[in-house]
Amino acid sequence: MLEFPTWKKVWLWGITLAAIVAALPSLFNIANVRWPDSLPDPQVNLGLDLAGGSHILLEADTSQVASQRLQNMEDAVRSALRSAEPRIRVGDVSTRDGRLSFMVESPADVDRAREEILPLVNGSGLVREWNLEVVDQTRFVLTPTSAGSETALNSAMDSARDIIDRRVNSLGTREPTIIRQGENRIVVQVPGLDDPDEVKELVGKTAKLEFKLVDPEFQQDLPNETAGEVTKVGTQVVPYAKGTPQEGFSVVVRRLGGIQGDSLIDAKAGNDPQDNSPVVNITFDAQGGSRFAKLSAENVNRRFAIILDGEVISAPNFNEPIYGGQAQISGNFTTESAIALAIQLQSGALPVDLEIVEERTVGPDLGADSIKKGLIAIMIGLFAVIALMIATYGRFGLYATYALILNVGMLFGIMAIGNTTLTLPGLAGFVITIGAAVDANVLINERIAEERRRGRRVVAAVETGYKEASRAIYDANVTNFIAGVLLFLFGSGPVRGFAVVLIIGLFTSVFTAVTLTRMWVAGWLRKARPNELVI
Amino acid sequence: MRLLKLVPDNTNLKFLKWRMPFYVVSIILIALSWGLVITKGLNYGVDFAGGLEIRASFAEGEPAPVAELRERVAQLGYGEPVVQQFGAENQVSIRVRLPAEAEGDNEAAQRIANDIVSEISSNHEDFQLDGNDNVSGKVSGEFWNTAIWALVAAMVAISIYIWVRFEWQFGVGALFALFHDVSLTLGLFALFQLEFSLQIVAAILAIIGYSLNDTIVVYDRIRENLKKYRKMAMPELLDLSVNETLARTVMTSLTLFVALIPLVLFGPESLFGLSAAITFGLFVGTYSSVYMAAPILIWLGVTSNSFVPDESATDKQDRLARGEV
Repeated sequence: MLEFPTWKKVWLWGITLAAIVAALPSLFNIANVRWPDSLPDPQVNLGLDLAGGSHILLEADTSQVASQRLQNMEDAVRSALRSAEPRIRVGDVSTRDGRLSFMVESPADVDRAREEILPLVNGSGLVREWNLEVVDQTRFVLTPTSAGSETALNSAMDSARDIIDRRVNSLGTREPTIIRQGENRIVVQVPGLDDPDEVKELVGKTAKLEFKLVDPEFQQDLPNETAGEVTKVGTQVVPYAKGTPQEGFSVVVRRLGGIQGDSLIDAKAGNDPQDNSPVVNITFDAQGGSRFAKLSAENVNRRFAIILDGEVISAPNFNEPIYGGQAQISGNFTTESAIALAIQLQSGALPVDLEIVEERTVGPDLGADSIKKGLIAIMIGLFAVIALMIATYGRFGLYATYALILNVGMLFGIMAIGNTTLTLPGLAGFVITIGAAVDANVLINERIAEERRRGRRVVAAVETGYKEASRAIYDANVTNFIAGVLLFLFGSGPVRGFAVVLIIGLFTSVFTAVTLTRMWVAGWLRKARPNELVI
Repeated sequence: MRLLKLVPDNTNLKFLKWRMPFYVVSIILIALSWGLVITKGLNYGVDFAGGLEIRASFAEGEPAPVAELRERVAQLGYGEPVVQQFGAENQVSIRVRLPAEAEGDNEAAQRIANDIVSEISSNHEDFQLDGNDNVSGKVSGEFWNTAIWALVAAMVAISIYIWVRFEWQFGVGALFALFHDVSLTLGLFALFQLEFSLQIVAAILAIIGYSLNDTIVVYDRIRENLKKYRKMAMPELLDLSVNETLARTVMTSLTLFVALIPLVLFGPESLFGLSAAITFGLFVGTYSSVYMAAPILIWLGVTSNSFVPDESATDKQDRLARGEV
């Protein structure tokens, strides 16, 4: 038990020093001293509750992905059958109950229709995305498979994440984190932010831009109440956005044949040359530009609606054909909202609406204050524990003190190597670790004293003390560990940071408080050969 | 060299003599705690209640105008706000429930927050916004479910571990001690209406993990003594074990308290609830390891044979073959 060959000592010191050295870059960073670039640079990250910043949890409406997918399938089927030679006519189209069903008017067309639809159904990947059935001879029923729906949601979420990433990065803030969570959530974390509202404005909007022709029959805006009664096939009623002069009115537009915002290559905020009001200037890509030119040329003196996220921003006239693929969106913008819209359009529309389900913001001053107060409390606690241990156990308390100080250093170093995040509750984790780490020394020292009282000789008492105490130390650490793991599983963000400190602290505590002190005690026994222990 | 000896050697305090009154007191305290939790309720923060919480501070050294803020925010028409001092006297948290139609509306919560902030800041120049939380009903419901799940799982998992390492009676004793510690901590939060948040659940999980440390030391000694003194009566043996480990119980708890109390007193305001909960929970945990976890073993029928393995058939044959009784 008390044999420590040189190679073992080298190993133990090596591990200890390596972990402590790993803590240095973070400590330099906190002290605002430059760490040489040429050296490895493991860092403990500061959580948002310490660094200040915003945490935003976004959730996608999964049913919207499904209905959008159904809508796309309907459009695809319609256009495939329309462009078949000769055209296949269908009727009684419905997308109820999450299925697309329609009837082919002539039974003779059923086989041809099936051939047209099959490529759409199978999708591009390995999984079959839709089930196709033909019932009652002429009724086609397309049901999305669960694998297909899952793939669709997954890819929608992936691209939503990428788009949010582009939007947040366009703010130029440092190191935002944007990750997916679960099947339909995205976490956005932006540290050290001056204006958290700016981020929310950017991520909370879908920014789906559409240009749609106003139906020729309904060139006038309709009040919302009467607009609801329009049921003309192939049209849809879109209300004006809040804050526009025409709020309370709606526009009847053609559902198909418009241009989508994804054919933009550029969007910039600017000012209208005439009245200097904020506008967004957009540039279409080649294809979108020529479609826009064609649309405008065919519909001179008719109105078209600029629709953002299902609300009309404005519905101007095509006064003349617009060539060159450039257009200007004017609405009721402020400079900030024009800039936000430009960023959103540039990064693309979200494939699904995202809702902010949780948002937490901490001011940077509060975080800095927390760190300061936390460090002061940790230092006082550390000194109090040290004083208590040395006063009670003398030399053995001194060993416990060395172990405790190395423990704190190793804990910080391992956190840096693991690139973990220190959060506000994590500071409390340090305090608990400091208070609990010396428990092992208390158990060992008390046991040694007890063995001495029973008349064991010094070396035997120390050996028995370490051996007999280790059982309870082990059990206590396992229960602590169980709680730590559940804390980790339960918690998000700050609480997880607490769990990380506690769990790593358990390992470093056992290493320093048991293994290292045993090495030191053994060395002292060998050298001093005491006949008596003051403990 | 040794300056301090808090517990003399070879104490012989009759802990077990007083077990009945202490049990009655403990059960009354547990019942009172749950009574408070049920009647007064816990003061749920936005983590569990959902809604909007704004944290702000005013000029240092002066108490924040809590009553005035409550009135000001109330007249904005977003329902009755909860305005509380937290940490320092110049810091407040203001909580409002979001109206049902604001749920899922990304801008509504923002608008309400801006309304409140501008209402206050236009009347108080020293107003400083420290942060805000906005949690939807859906997410707060999930937090609640995972919190309950984690608390129950931690208590059960740890008790099972104790059962496996010792005997089932010790597992039950540990579970009972944990239930005691958690109940009293909840009772404290109900009594003083301290904000109950995710951090407090984290604190209770930490209590569950760390309050058993001294229980384990006592249990370990009980097991050792059960093997050593096969003839000793249980109450006597438990007293011996508690006395033998008393210095350990006192010291391990004391080191935690001297580390934690500075955090409660001088630590960041936003950690007050967590550090107060842990300090209190570990304090009652020290008591429960002596007065709940140990005496319960008598009722559960732990005897000196609990750690003697059952004799196997072959052993019995060998014994009889050797002519022993």
